[in-house]
Order: sequence, then C-alpha cells, then structure tokens
Amino acid sequence: MTPKKPTRKSDARSLAVASMKIARQPDGICIRFIGRLDHRTSGRCWRKTLRLLDRQMRPIRIDASALESADGSGIALLAYFKEFGRANNVPVEIEHLAAPLAALLERYLEEPDVEAVVPPPALSVVERIGKLTVELVGDVCGQITFLGRLVLAGMKTIFQPQRFRVGDFLRFCELAGANAMGLILMLGFLFGLIMAFSSAMPLRQFGVEIYVADLVALALVRVLGPFITAVIVAGRTGSAFAAEIGTMKINNELDALAVMNLDPAVFLVLPRVGATLLMTPLLAVAVNFAGLVGSGLVILSLGYPLVTYTTHVQKILVGTDVAVGLTKALVFGGMIGAVGCLRGLQTQSGPGAVGIATTRAVVTAIVLLVVLEGIFSVMLYYLEI
Amino acid sequence: MTDTIIQAEKLTMGFDGTSILEDVSFSVNAGEIFIILGGSGCGKSTLLRHLIGLQEPMSGKIVIDGRELTGADAAQREAILAHIGVAFQGGALFGSMTVLENVALALEEFTTLPTPAVHWIARAKLRLVGLGGYDDHLPSQLSGGQQKRAALARAMAMDPKILFLDEPSAGLDPITAAQLDELIVHLSEILGVTFVIVTHELASVFTLNGRVVMLDKQAKGIIAEGRADALKNDRSNEAAWRFFNRRLK
Ligand SMILES: Nc1ncnc2c1ncn2[C@@H]1O[C@H](COP(=O)(O)OP(=O)(O)O)[C@@H](O)[C@H]1O
Ligand SMILES: [Mg+2]
Repeated sequence: MTPKKPTRKSDARSLAVASMKIARQPDGICIRFIGRLDHRTSGRCWRKTLRLLDRQMRPIRIDASALESADGSGIALLAYFKEFGRANNVPVEIEHLAAPLAALLERYLEEPDVEAVVPPPALSVVERIGKLTVELVGDVCGQITFLGRLVLAGMKTIFQPQRFRVGDFLRFCELAGANAMGLILMLGFLFGLIMAFSSAMPLRQFGVEIYVADLVALALVRVLGPFITAVIVAGRTGSAFAAEIGTMKINNELDALAVMNLDPAVFLVLPRVGATLLMTPLLAVAVNFAGLVGSGLVILSLGYPLVTYTTHVQKILVGTDVAVGLTKALVFGGMIGAVGCLRGLQTQSGPGAVGIATTRAVVTAIVLLVVLEGIFSVMLYYLEI
Repeated sequence: MTDTIIQAEKLTMGFDGTSILEDVSFSVNAGEIFIILGGSGCGKSTLLRHLIGLQEPMSGKIVIDGRELTGADAAQREAILAHIGVAFQGGALFGSMTVLENVALALEEFTTLPTPAVHWIARAKLRLVGLGGYDDHLPSQLSGGQQKRAALARAMAMDPKILFLDEPSAGLDPITAAQLDELIVHLSEILGVTFVIVTHELASVFTLNGRVVMLDKQAKGIIAEGRADALKNDRSNEAAWRFFNRRLK
C-alpha cells in the first residue's frame, strides 16, 4: 500500500530505507522520520522506538515532512507513539503528515467498540480433579442415557419399519463390512500363522505340537477372533462414524435435523449401529476362517497331513464355542457403533473438535471392549459354557 | 495514462476438462475498484482462484504487476504473492488461532519486525476494519460479518498492492454490508490499493462504484463491462439490464 504512489517497482522498494533521527531538546524530544516507512524497512525504527519509549516521559514531537511514503505498518508506528502518549499522559504531536496518511492514522486510533476478552482464570489442582470427576460421572450417565435412547429408537422403528433408513444402512454395511474384508482376512491369516508358530515352539519340546491346532482353534474362535475384529472395527468404522457425525454437528446439520423434528437416534445412529451390529460377527467369522488357514499352514509345514489338522479342529470346536464367539462379536459391534455415534454427537465446537471426537470414539470403544470381554469371561465361567 | 496491474488474456477455465468460462479477457488498472459480478454458480470464485494462482487455466494468460502468473515457477510465484492479499468467501480464518494471531501470522513469518511491533500493527489493522478489542477472540466466537472483516484485516496485514475479496458483503445485513463497502472505498482512497471484488449484491456494486465486468453462466464469459449506473440504464444489453433491474423477463 503505497499511498503517495512514487515508483511502484518492487526492486526500488527493496532498496528503500527508512530512518529516524532523534533530537533531544529542552522542551522534549523531536523525532524526524526520513525515507520510506513500510513493513520491510521499519524494523530498525521499531526497535529504536521501543527502546526510546521504554524510559521516556517527555513530550514528543514527530516531524513527518521528510517521510517519502508509508504503508499501513509504517503508519502503525506513528499510531504507536500516539497511543503511548494517550496511555501515559505524554503529549505527542505529529506534524507535516500527508493527508491520506493522516486519515489512515485517524482510523487506527479510533476507540475499540468492545472491551478485550479476559481469559478464564486457571483452575487449581483440586478444582481440576473435581471437574474431571464430575465429567467422568456425567460421561457414564450420558452413555447410559444414550443406550436408553437407542433402545427406544429401535423399538419405535420396529413399530414403524418404514422409518428405518435402509439405503443408509446398506451403505454403512458396505463401508463397515465389505470394504474391511481384505484387511480382516489378511490380519486373521497372519494372526493365525503367528499364534501357531509361536506356540509350536514350546509344544514341540514335549512332542505334542499337533495340539497347536486345538489351541489356536479354541483361542481364536472364543476370544481372539471377536476381539481382533472389534479392535479393527473400532479403528476403521467407529472413528469414521464419529468424524462424520462430528462434521455434521459443526455444520449445524444436527440442528437442521432437530428443527425438522427428526430424531438423530433414528436418522443417524440406528443405521450405523445396525451395520456394525450385523457386520462385526460376519467379519469375526472371516477372521476365524483366515486364522485357521494360517495356523493350518504352520501345521502342514511341521510335516502333519491336512486331515490330522482338520480332525483336531473339528473335535475341539463345538457349536457353543462358535456361538460364544459370535455373540461377543455382536455385542462388541453394537457397542462400537453406538460409541462412535455418541462421540460424534458430543462433538464440541472449534477446529480440533472433530479430531477429539474421533480419538474419544476409539479410546472409549477399546476401553469398553476390554470391560465387556472381562464381563463375558466371568459370566461364561459361572455358566460353565 | 493509467497503468494496468492485472491483465487476463483469453482465459479458459474449468474443472476436469469441462470449461466453465471461455475466452475471458480483461484488465484491471492500478488503484481502481474492479468488480466481478454475476449470478451464483457462474464462475466468479473460479475466476478469482485463477487470478490468485490457486488454479491453472486450461488456456490463456494472466499477468499480475508485470509478472506472468500462468506457468510461473515457485520463485516467480512467491514474488507475485508478496504483493497480493486475499479474503476468501467463507473467511478461511485459522480456527485454532486468535483473531490477532491470524492477522499477525504473515508479519511474523516474513518481516524482521520485533514482536510488540507485529502485535501493534495487527491490532491497528483490526481497528481499521472495526474489530478493535476482538484480539483474543477465536474465529468461532465471531459473527459472520466479523469473520469477513477479520479476513479482510488478515489480507491487508502485509499491505499488499492488490486485495482480492470474494463476496465480502454477501450474507451480511444491509447496514453491516454497507459499512464494509464504505470501508473498502475508504481504504481504496487512502491507501491506493487495487481492489478486485467478487460479488452478486447489486447494492454493493453501487456503493463500491467501481468498474464492473459481468459474467454469465450461459454465455460462459463476460456479457457486459462498464460502470454500474451505465449498465443499469443500457437497455441494449438485455441480460445485464435484467440483472441490474431485477427483471425476470
Ligand atoms: N471443485 C469443483 N469441481 C467441479 N466443478 C466445480 C468445482 N467448484 C465449482 N464448480 C462448478 O463451477 C461453477 C462455478 O462455481 P463458482 O466459481 O464457485 O461460482 P460462483 O460464481 O458462485 O462463485 C459452478 O457451476 C460449480 O458447480
Ligand atoms: Mg463464489
């Protein structure tokens, strides 16, 4: 912004310099600005000014007659003197400033129309602990309330099935299930391979490495298959749900739903939870299958025929084992979908909010996963299944 | 004679091989307020994105301040960008920074000014757009009009020669919009900055009182050029006349 508009060539501009001459006089200080005062050239003047005003309470007279030109930053320097004078009751006068520059200076000095905001005071440790506790309790209550809302919404759609968004549901099934299949198969296969291989070593010392088949089959189908699947679904799909709903919240789309009297629990959450509920057991089956293939490969490489392996697996696995695994996967799936949606709905405002919601979705899902797994273990122990 | 600061020659622009505007040529004089007018979706923002080098045209040439922007290498581009400021349609303020930090960012990165000076300058620019006192607000704590003004302050931080504004007054109430337009006129007078302003608001066009080029979606190009009052009264240019007089037929 070169108001006086001499040469507009930037090369000329880079050669330009600004300087300020300070003269101490009996009645105060006289400062002369010389040259072109802009954001490139005014660095030295600014430093001089800051030093000068640090220990200066005498009247200041600024002579701008030798000022060739100035940009917004340059005029800001003059405004700084004025403001300093106003704050410290020091008379500051600026003379011979060209009219457009003076007009700009005027505008800089207009009084702000609001008070500056004061940041809230920092909390003490005790206050922070209390706040966190309240938040944690509130969060657990929120999760329970949400579960209730979800059940209600589910019952509503049972009586009004036309309100269930089948198109969305199928799309989420594809995202959560079909699109995850490749990853799930690969990880299941590698997991079976690794489990078989690392348990074959110690078992070989006793000459019973064929029992690797029993070990892997049982552990995979009852515990690890559903668990791995759930972790992957939480990372892939739960986080995506949170991010998607979080973005919708930031864009006021949730408010739009609310004023159209559409229940987000029915409209957004049910199709998603339905998808993870249905897809997680299917993915768990895929993990089990791929894992058994992987461990079978290890058994074959140990020199056993395939039929030995399959007989062992068939003998050790009974229907209840499969049922237990699939039930777990079903519960995990529902939980992950619901947590993803809940964290999405809880998204706050601000630029990092969606990221935080996503992180919280994954962390909560994994914590709850371990809790649920624990509950399942205890239950199955007492039920002797 | 006035010197030309932006020269667009036979620009054809579009997305994925389909053109939206074809053979657009115009020039902007230094120090003027240049208005790109047109209905929504006619390609105003797209044209602006080309003028600031965010998109390459399918064909044609753009010269800014004597330097060719189309096909410029990184160094040339940097030299051009140093002289322009842009306020985007939605403000595009950095949400994790306060308003003051948004304005101070470029000054901090590209000048050797001491920090108190940078903050003071940024504060002065905020006062200039009527946002004095909002230094420590986050963009999300501002209203739409305030965000636009903050974006204008950020665009002006480095005192560029050319300011590009995309729909600065759209979506604001008439008073706030008029204040913003007045501010632009005032800044253009006292700073001598060239403004390139995209808008579809008739009221703005008359307040800004600059030279207008009018784009049209069907024609895929400029259908009228001149001062707003002249276009309003020129019945020979049917489409432009209808736009300026809000007539359907
Ligand atoms: N990223 C994009 N990809 C494809 N088409 C786009 C894209 N952005 C805009 N368009 C199309 O280009 C046209 C002009 O858009 P735009 O320049 O944003 O219009 P406006 O004049 O309202 O600013 C519109 O028809 C729009 O559909
Ligand atoms: Mg636009």
